Amino acid sequence: MTGTFLGMPTFPEAARAATADAQLRHNLRKATHTIRDKRAEAVGELDDWTRLRAAGKAVKDRTLRHLDHYLEQLEASVTAAGGQVHWAADAAEANRIVTDLVRATGERELVKVKSMATQEIGLNEALEAAGITAYETDLAELIVQLGDDLPSHILVPAIHRNRAEIREIFLREMAAWGTAAPDGLTDDPRALADAARVHLREKFLSTKVAVSGANFAVAETGTLVVLESEGNGRMCLTLPETLISVVGIEKTIPTWDDLDIFLQTLPRSSTGERMNPYTSTWTGVTPGDGPQEFHLVLLDNGRSDVLADEVGRQALRCIRCSACLNICPVYERTGGHAYGSVYPGPIGAILTPQLKGTGGELEASLPYASSLCGACYEVCPVAIDIPEVLVHLREEVASAGGAGHRVEKAAMAAAEWVLDDDRRLGLAQRAVASARSLVPRRLPGPVGAWTDTRDLPDIPEESFRQWWRTREKGKRKRS
Amino acid sequence: MRIALFITCLNDTLFPDTGRAVVRLLERLGHEVVFPESQTCCGQMHYNTGYRRDAQKLAVRFVKTFDDADVILAPSGSCAAMVRDNYPRLGAAGSRLQRATTALAPRVHDLSELLVDVLGVTDVGAYFPHTVTYHPTCHGLRLLGLGDRPYALLREVRGLELVELPEARECCGFGGTFAVKNPDVSAAMGADKARNVAATGAEVLCAVDNSCLMHIGGTLDRQRAGVKVVHLAEILASTEQEPAQL
Repeated sequence: MTGTFLGMPTFPEAARAATADAQLRHNLRKATHTIRDKRAEAVGELDDWTRLRAAGKAVKDRTLRHLDHYLEQLEASVTAAGGQVHWAADAAEANRIVTDLVRATGERELVKVKSMATQEIGLNEALEAAGITAYETDLAELIVQLGDDLPSHILVPAIHRNRAEIREIFLREMAAWGTAAPDGLTDDPRALADAARVHLREKFLSTKVAVSGANFAVAETGTLVVLESEGNGRMCLTLPETLISVVGIEKTIPTWDDLDIFLQTLPRSSTGERMNPYTSTWTGVTPGDGPQEFHLVLLDNGRSDVLADEVGRQALRCIRCSACLNICPVYERTGGHAYGSVYPGPIGAILTPQLKGTGGELEASLPYASSLCGACYEVCPVAIDIPEVLVHLREEVASAGGAGHRVEKAAMAAAEWVLDDDRRLGLAQRAVASARSLVPRRLPGPVGAWTDTRDLPDIPEESFRQWWRTREKGKRKRS
Repeated sequence: MRIALFITCLNDTLFPDTGRAVVRLLERLGHEVVFPESQTCCGQMHYNTGYRRDAQKLAVRFVKTFDDADVILAPSGSCAAMVRDNYPRLGAAGSRLQRATTALAPRVHDLSELLVDVLGVTDVGAYFPHTVTYHPTCHGLRLLGLGDRPYALLREVRGLELVELPEARECCGFGGTFAVKNPDVSAAMGADKARNVAATGAEVLCAVDNSCLMHIGGTLDRQRAGVKVVHLAEILASTEQEPAQL
């Protein structure tokens, strides 16, 4: 069964291993560059992209501002349509609700459409502990589950794997989980997809319970929406008798009209497509058609705290498109595992520490996992200013003064003391210049990593300020 | 025009040639240049690392130093962006610091903006007989929105052959304290950038920010790539009479 992100090392530690893995770097570079180029092309086709982006941001902000109102409306609409709404304050409560609902059906197996919310709460592990097996049906999630691996990307969980590795996983593991991979399976994408199709079809036809997430929940009608590429989601949403959807409270949007924006911006940002192949919507239950029992589990799990932070709350606008991952030069070199959390990449670097707090070493390292280049903000379809939130969270981490930050705080204060007085700065510059011949090529201590791969610049004899002063004196003498 | 120089602490201490080039260039174009000596640092390192209070103090000093100036030149894309984009966020809404920094922000310019937008010139009479490739640094590209300005200036330099840099918009991996806190990722990004620079066959890599150039140049030096890094100001200040030394 898939492991968890618990006990992962800090970002710099995990990144050291990832950057040294040539195969991983190659897989990631190829995948991210392909998707980012496709996205740029698909976005470039629209002449109203800037307005769509602003509109998406505005809708999300308005919803978040009045979230209590829209959530109550959503609950009323879902109930009126024959569904049941459950409120989960945290992961434990959400897992308990889902486990109890599955137990009540008498089933021991369920199929899943890929969902970040259930990854976030560790639902599969909780179900396993209760003797219930959850089968992932998204192709990439299937690869991750069969490989006893962790997802590395929000949209493409197996982005870190190449075809040859996937073939090996299928041959080795499929039989233990159900229908085996065919003999003579090649690493041709079509052959791999066919093997997965046969393997999954058996699950779809025999399983009576399904778990999903949702991309959007429309408050006015109680409709849930899933966008996907493979059709596996639609199978999960229509074939079983019981459907349980676990949805973060921030996925709420007020009306169907608002969907208009996101059905354009999400596919273009995520897969670089004008429209995703499958858009499924479902509202409560319909007698004689589709699941006859529908449960919506509305998940908080830290979101109310994020909402309370004026700078950080913009992270809740996120529509999980992954454009920020695909463009991020840091993600490109480390992959998702280095972030040690369900949400990797730039959005993960701000969302995870907000949802879980910055008390842990891993969470405290995430806001620094960025060079603040701003590419993520540039591509974000709902204009989340990720660099702004990163700096905001760094402030929180630094002021808490955890591991490593006490020395840093003192160094920053010392630098500020020198820099808060131009005479002190001038003296410091003279001291540096007079010691210029003594500066070693490789530095000791924490800054030594710099000189492992880079040469330091030569230290000049004279600062600009000294040169200027001499020049001004010379001018005055001449005049 | 009377132009106040904000030379920035890194240029002042480690890259005084850039400051001298700015002075030479602007005086050659007939402008008066002043260097308010009470200036020190914009506080970008403090702000970006999470030390807002330290950054606030430095912002207060900056405002005091440059309050009278009509036009302020910062020959560093990231420092210009710090003052223009981040200073107004430093103070609480409606505070004196916020009002002062918001009023000051539009007067701060990067070198290419000053020349093209304020002084209305792209041909500055420079001569630099070398093959050059240009790295549009992240803050220059995304926060300042410099666009074509630096290229327009370089295209007018006599003797200069401008070659395109592959994957130009990619971050070089410096990121201030990022290079120290995440050394492996920073080095990996720097190595890719250096490889792209070397692939152009250019003799010189040009940018508007010496911090990025220090990172890429340090990597190129370690790889013995034989490419020199030079700030835009030094190329534009170079003339046939007084050519820049590589």
